[in-house]
Amino acid sequence: MKLMINGEEVMVPNSLQSITDLLKHLNLHDQVVIAEVNEDIIDNQKQRETQIKENDKIELVRFVGGG
Amino acid sequence: MLNIGHYSFSSRLLLGTGKYPDFKTQKEAVEVSGSEILTFAVRRMNIFEASQPNFLEMLDLKKYTLLPNTAGAKTAAEAVRIAKLAKASGLCDMVKVEVIGCDKTLLPDPVETLKATEELLKEGFIVLPYTSDDVVLARRLEELGSHAIMPAASPIGSGQGIINPLYLKFIIEQTKVPVIVDAGIGSASDAMIAMELGADGVLLNTAVAGAKNPVKMALAMKMAVEAGQLGYEAGRIPRKETATASSPLEGLSVK
Repeated sequence: MKLMINGEEVMVPNSLQSITDLLKHLNLHDQVVIAEVNEDIIDNQKQRETQIKENDKIELVRFVGGG
Repeated sequence: MLNIGHYSFSSRLLLGTGKYPDFKTQKEAVEVSGSEILTFAVRRMNIFEASQPNFLEMLDLKKYTLLPNTAGAKTAAEAVRIAKLAKASGLCDMVKVEVIGCDKTLLPDPVETLKATEELLKEGFIVLPYTSDDVVLARRLEELGSHAIMPAASPIGSGQGIINPLYLKFIIEQTKVPVIVDAGIGSASDAMIAMELGADGVLLNTAVAGAKNPVKMALAMKMAVEAGQLGYEAGRIPRKETATASSPLEGLSVK
């Protein structure tokens, strides 16, 4: 399945169903990652129930050092 | 105590988390500073790099309140989106509204800052807008319901210190919510002057992160903020044009 993640086209297995699956696939599931799917901001506790599908535009962000 | 929204803090020093030489130094500096509020920015992940060491993961989040900023936003809409992303983490409900309107000076865009503040207050955030030292704008931000006002001492990262103490004092005098002097602090004495002016807190980053010894500077800032607060509470003596002897003029043992 083709996804647009952080502005880049990325191919991921079709078996991925949720944001949680995607984060596990990317090996990012141990970190605080915030997701936005097609411009909908997803509460972190809803990542498991948030479905992903072909051509979804996904933003994955996190906290970094800043003032 | 520094009361912001439903929070209460004993430290009046807010610390930024950017630009430290390494995580170990940063962790030590944060601990030594006694700060309870740490600012963060929100940025895209590198999705192809699983191991991305992150300072957030080194922190005991029970000890600190996160204050994400909306840095990078140039419009109210962008700031609101960044704030909502931060809140979706489930780790925070406070936000520092930072909408930059000028790349050279990094001064905030007053109109967009006002709009973003209004929107985020409606959304239930605890909102701390970063603003210039504009007295009227500070009042308008407070009238909207901001939980604190954060006027700049001087341009972000400039280390110029407090370039307009008069306007800061006007803001401090008129504002009922906490006033936190944010940006431009260069030295411990700058932080102390802000507190002596009557500020409720100081937010700084580069002054510590960029110091030759960030850990020592973090301690210096902690002590300066405490000393400034004590000095303000104690009430300084009035300035006089002429000298007044400290020692008694009577009973001199002279022949």
